[in-house]
Amino acid sequence: MSESPVTGLKSYVRRCALVFLAVLCTTSMMITASFANLGGWPVKVAAILAIAVVNACIVAGFLMHLLSEKKTIYIVLGFTAFFFAGLMGLTVWAMHDMPPGTSFH
Amino acid sequence: MEIPYTVEPRPDTGAYNAKIGIWLFLASEVMLFGGLFSAYVLLRVGAAPGEWPHGWLNVTLGTINTLILALSAITTLLAWAACKFRQFARFKFFHACTLLLALSFLCIKMYEYHDKWIHYEIQLTDGRIADGHMIKNDPKTDYVVIEGRYVSDPKDLYDLRAQKNIPHDEIKIPRAQIKSMENYGPWHHTYLAIYFTLTGLHALHILGGSLVIGFLWGPGSRMWQTDPERFTNRVEVSGLFWHFVDLVWIFLFPVLYLT
Repeated sequence: MSESPVTGLKSYVRRCALVFLAVLCTTSMMITASFANLGGWPVKVAAILAIAVVNACIVAGFLMHLLSEKKTIYIVLGFTAFFFAGLMGLTVWAMHDMPPGTSFH
Repeated sequence: MEIPYTVEPRPDTGAYNAKIGIWLFLASEVMLFGGLFSAYVLLRVGAAPGEWPHGWLNVTLGTINTLILALSAITTLLAWAACKFRQFARFKFFHACTLLLALSFLCIKMYEYHDKWIHYEIQLTDGRIADGHMIKNDPKTDYVVIEGRYVSDPKDLYDLRAQKNIPHDEIKIPRAQIKSMENYGPWHHTYLAIYFTLTGLHALHILGGSLVIGFLWGPGSRMWQTDPERFTNRVEVSGLFWHFVDLVWIFLFPVLYLT
């Protein structure tokens, strides 16, 4: 932050405008994918969630400054990602578990 | 006694204490929402074929809320940058924008909840179903009035996206013909149960974040006069929480509104 206050803040505003534009684009892409015929429900869900991940990376990377953070914070996030992946892994693993005798009406 | 490492970074972590604290808190929040997303996945794959709703939520309102929250994340970051560049008036302006955007988000959410609250599915004695928004439900009269339509197959109520030109007529139903009647609250369907749980918890986070941001904008901003560095760090920490709330919505929107 060695620039003068006015130019420094202005460059920040420009950067933020770009980030907002990127979020706008990814949101439009998600909506388009949602209404488009992509050849099946799993493909559609995968495409929409992939765009959502890109959107989330933009927010986390630029707005939360994760592109240039301290090592300690990356370690905290690494543990979080590990346990989150475990949670979702267990969910996927148990996805088709139904109690014996389950029937749909 | 002075609290250490509120401004200068701790030598072992490389960051000031509040920053480490907020990231640890956010890690626990990831697991909280992760558990609920996991519940969503299990409910969805466990639903009987053709009985998971599509098109029950208004995509336009969801999109507007997505953009409102994204814009509020930007104004939060700009408020912090204004503090860094020692422009207190700009900080006040940007944080006021954040508060207004947060309020707009909550207003739209309340409107959506209200829309579900007055939406009824009415089972009739002849086997048909009347579905629509309640216009008149006065216990003194022997009829109710809804704006909606009749369906004979309950599955027609699930995939609204596949149906074009759904009629919205005013229907007067005598109470004697009503077998049962239920609004679209969390008890109506597992989709609505997880929808209200996820978005309700998220809305509580918005409310909590707004209170903190409101405090920093109002009485808490007095710290700017005495300790601007520490105040800037407080703004950064509250901003990190706000960005996380935005991140959660980035996944809630596609999961609940689009898929």
